Amino acid sequence: MGSMIGAAVVRKEDPALLTGRGTFVEDLRLPGTAYMAYVRSPVAHARITAIDTQEAAAAPGVLGVWTHADLPGLPPTRSVPGMERPCLADGAVRFVGEAVAVVVATDRYLAADAAELVEVDYDDLPVLASVAAATAADAAPILPGLESNVVLEQVLSATDAEAELAAAPHRMAIRLRNQRCAAVPMEPTVCLADWQHSGLTVYLTTQTPHHMRNEFAQWFGLAQEQVRVIAPDVGGGFGAKASCYPEFLLAAELSRRVQRPVRYVETRSENMTSMVHGRAQEHDVEVGFDDDGRLLALRVRITQDCGAWPDTTGVGLPTLTSFMSGGCYRIPVIAASFRSVVTNTTPVGSYRGAGRPEASYMIERVVDHVAAELGRDPVEVRRVNLIRPDEMPYATQFEGIVYDEANYPGCLDLLLTHVDYDDLRRRRDAQRDDPTAPLLGIGFSTFVEMGGFGPTPLFEQFGYVGGWESANVRLTTDGSAVIKVGTSPHGQGHKTTFAQIVADQLGIDIDRISLLHGDTATVQEGIGTMGSRGAPVGGSAVFKAADKVRAKALRIAAHMLEADESDVELTDGTFRVAGTTGPTVTLAEVALRSLKPHLLPEGVDPGLEETAHHEPSNLSYPSGAHCCVVEIDRETGRVDVVRYVAVDDCGTVINPLLATGQIHGGLAQGIAQALYEEVSYDEDGQPRTGNLVTYTVPAAEDLPPYETHHLVTPTSFNPLGAKGLGESGATAAPQAVVNAVVDALSHLGVRDVEMPCTPAKVWGLLNTANGS
Amino acid sequence: MSHHKVRISVNGVPGEDEVESRRLLVHYLRETRGLTGTHVGCDTSNCGACTVLLDGMTVKSCTVLAVAADGSEVLTVEGLADDEAMSPVQEGFRACHGLQCGYCTPGMVMAATGLLLENPAPDEAEIRAGIEGNLCRCTGYQMIVDSVRWAAENGGAGTAATTHAERASS
Ligand code: FES
Ligand code: FES
Repeated sequence: MGSMIGAAVVRKEDPALLTGRGTFVEDLRLPGTAYMAYVRSPVAHARITAIDTQEAAAAPGVLGVWTHADLPGLPPTRSVPGMERPCLADGAVRFVGEAVAVVVATDRYLAADAAELVEVDYDDLPVLASVAAATAADAAPILPGLESNVVLEQVLSATDAEAELAAAPHRMAIRLRNQRCAAVPMEPTVCLADWQHSGLTVYLTTQTPHHMRNEFAQWFGLAQEQVRVIAPDVGGGFGAKASCYPEFLLAAELSRRVQRPVRYVETRSENMTSMVHGRAQEHDVEVGFDDDGRLLALRVRITQDCGAWPDTTGVGLPTLTSFMSGGCYRIPVIAASFRSVVTNTTPVGSYRGAGRPEASYMIERVVDHVAAELGRDPVEVRRVNLIRPDEMPYATQFEGIVYDEANYPGCLDLLLTHVDYDDLRRRRDAQRDDPTAPLLGIGFSTFVEMGGFGPTPLFEQFGYVGGWESANVRLTTDGSAVIKVGTSPHGQGHKTTFAQIVADQLGIDIDRISLLHGDTATVQEGIGTMGSRGAPVGGSAVFKAADKVRAKALRIAAHMLEADESDVELTDGTFRVAGTTGPTVTLAEVALRSLKPHLLPEGVDPGLEETAHHEPSNLSYPSGAHCCVVEIDRETGRVDVVRYVAVDDCGTVINPLLATGQIHGGLAQGIAQALYEEVSYDEDGQPRTGNLVTYTVPAAEDLPPYETHHLVTPTSFNPLGAKGLGESGATAAPQAVVNAVVDALSHLGVRDVEMPCTPAKVWGLLNTANGS
Repeated sequence: MSHHKVRISVNGVPGEDEVESRRLLVHYLRETRGLTGTHVGCDTSNCGACTVLLDGMTVKSCTVLAVAADGSEVLTVEGLADDEAMSPVQEGFRACHGLQCGYCTPGMVMAATGLLLENPAPDEAEIRAGIEGNLCRCTGYQMIVDSVRWAAENGGAGTAATTHAERASS
C-alpha cells in the first residue's frame, strides 16, 4: 500500500461542521412544511377506551389529527411475523411513550399546543415492566394473539455441556446482568417527508438509507425508484438509528394526506422512550475449570428483555451474544441458548456493539470469578486460556463463526509493557492499608468482537438485502475523482478515509476527491453503516472500485504511451514506462482520453468509472487487551477511572487520528455503562430515566483521558486487511472497569458489583462488607 | 399569543423581528434568522448543543426567550470564522479531531470560546470543568480537551469573539 493508508489526515468533513454549515435534517427548509406532534401514552399498559380529538382539531393552525381508527388500512411496521407494531396504538398501549394520536399543524409550537388538547381515556391493564413480571405464572400475554410473553426461544448448541461441567474439577454458577442502556445520539430522530405525485422523498436521521427506502416502498406499495431517502449529516446513531420507526412511516403518510411536506422533530424526552434501547440481557452462566483456571466447559442461558414490540434487529442480538460467548478463549465445550421476553417497556434494538458487549462482559467477568475462586491472578488465568496466533483462523463451535488472524496473547503482552502491573498491585495493597487513601483496583479485559458485518447469509437474518457494500469511483476529465458509497456515515469520517483509499490507489490528492453518500437517488444500491462495517466492507468496495479504475486507466495510458501495459506504472498520478525517463501521461490526460472513443484501444469502453461490490468472506474479529485502574472514595463510594490503557488490534489502520477517535468514543460509552448509565422503570412501568436530567450521559469531567495503542494483524478476510473498530471500545470497557471495581473491593469479600457501579451501590458494599 | 418586536444583533448583523413571547432564542436564531448552526439536543437544558454567546456571556439559547434577548448582541458559531480563516478554536477542533458527527460541535466550540475569553490558559481540569455543560456522545471528550488546549496555544478565543466580548463590556 502507498502512503495515504495509515496517514493521520485531518477530516474533509470538518470545516462545514465547525462553521455551522453542516446539513442536518432539521436544518433543511421546504416551503409549506407542516409539523407533527404526538400524543403519547403516559401509562405502560392500558386499554384505550376513548380518544377525543375534537378540540385539538379546532385549534389554531391545525391541519389534522389522527388516531389508529382514523387511518384504516394503514399497515403495521415490519417486524417479526405475528408481532408487527402498528404506527399508532390500536386500542391498547403497551409502553410509556407509545404513540396514540398525531397532530399536524402549520407551526411546531401550534402542533405541540394542539397535542395537549387531545383527551385519551385509559383503562389500566396489569403492568409487566420486567422479565420477572412478564414470565410470572399468571402473567397475561402483552401482545395480541400470542400465548406467552416469551416470544422467541433458541438453543444454539447441540450439547447442554452438563457432562463436561460435571466432570470438571471445579464448577461455578454465576448470574450476570447487562443493564438496559439508551444510545442517546446528540441529534434525536428527525424526519422530513415530502410526498408528491412523482413519488416520495424523505430526509431522515438514519444509518441505512437504502434499507429505509425499501421499507417505505414496501409499506406504501410504491416502486423503489419512486422513493428517495436522503440521510444528510446525521448526528450520531450508535445502532439506534438503524431501526425503522413508525414515526417515519406516519410522516410520509401524513404528508400524502395534507399534501405538503411534514416534519417530525423528536424532543429528547420523547427520544428517551421512543428510540430503541440497547443491551437488557441477563445471563445465567455455569463454568467448569481446572486448578490452573483452564476453562473446560461453559453454559450460558441468555434472557433478553425485548420491550413491548420486538425490533427486527433487536431480536437477533442474543444470537450474536451466543456466538461470542467463548470470547478469545479456547473453551472445548460451549452450550448457549436464549429466550426473548416481551415486557411493557420501550423496544430493545442495537446499541454500539449490539449483542457482542454482552458476551464479552459475561466471559470476562467469568474469567475474573474463576481467578478469584482459585486465588490466582486474573492475567495468568487469561494467559492459560487465550487462543494462540498459531491456532488462527480459529473455528468456534458455532457454524461459520471463525476468528480471523489475530494475536490475543500479543495484545496482552503489549498492554503489560504500558502498564506496570507489579507496581500497581503494590500500590493497591498499600492504599488498602491506608485508611486515608482511596481504594485502588486494577481490571483487565481481553476481548474479541465481530466487525465488518456481512456476509449476506448472516445479514439477511436482520432484514437487510445483503451483507455486501458498494462503491463507485469516477474520474472527471481534470483528473479529480468522485466516490459514491452505499455506507451512510454519521460521524465516522468516510469522506476522509475513503478518499485516502482512492488517493492511495490512484495517486490523486485527497483534496481532489469527493464522496457522495446517503442519497438513494444518486448512490447505487447499498446497505448502510452499522456493525463496524464502514472500513472493512465499505472501504473494501472503494478499494476494489478504485482498483478497477486503475486497471483501465493503465490500459489507456499504455495505449497513449505506445507501450506494453505490463511495462507501464502509475506513480503520483503520472504514468510512464517503468524505469525510463521517457514520455509520461497524467491521470487527467488519461481521464480526458477515456472520453474520446475513437482514440481508445480496441474493445475499451469510454469513461473511467467503475462500480464494485464487496461481499466479505466472513465477519472480521477486532480484538485487544485493555486495562483500567480505578480509585474508590471510601466516604462516598464514588468510582474514578484514574487510568485507562487500551491495546486494539483492528487490523489495518487507514487513518490513525480517526481510529483513535472511534476507540475513544467506544470507551466513553463502555465506561459510562459500567459507572453511570441505566434505563430503569418502576413497577408501574414508568421510566425513571425519561430525560437527560435523570439519565446520566457523562460529561467531560466524568470521563478519564485514554491511552491507546495498536497491534496490527491484518485480516485476510478483505483486501484492506481492516477489521473495523467502531464498537471495540464499547465492547471492551465495561468489564475492564467492573473488574477493577471488584478488585478494589475484593479484600472485603466482594466478588461482584452490578453495573452501573454507582456511588450508592459501591458505598453500600463498602459498608455492609465492612460491618460484616 | 402576544407578539413583540425585538431588536437583536446576531454576528454583528442587526435584526428587527416580530416574535411570539414564548419563542426560544434558539428557535429565533434557527428559524427567524436562518442560522441553523446552533442545535437543539434536549428539552431540559442539559446538553449545551444550543450554546451561544449573549453579550459576552456563554448561554444555552434554549433557556433564553427571544424577547429576553431584545437589545442584545448574539455571537453564534456562524460568526466565528471570517472569509479568510476559521477561529483558533475551530482550527483546534479540526487539528485534534475534536468532532465526529458534529452535532454537539457548534455548542462545544462556543463553550470553548467562552472559556478562553475568561481563562486564556486553562489546564486540563479547567477545560473539562469549562465544558461541563456540553455533552458529546461521539468523542469521549479527550480530543475535545486537546482541541481547546491547541486553541489556547494558537490564538485563544479569536478575533470575532474578542470583539464581541469587548463590545459587550464597553
Ligand atoms: S438544547 Fe440542550 S441545553 Fe439547550
Ligand atoms: S461529535 Fe457527535 S456528539 Fe459530539
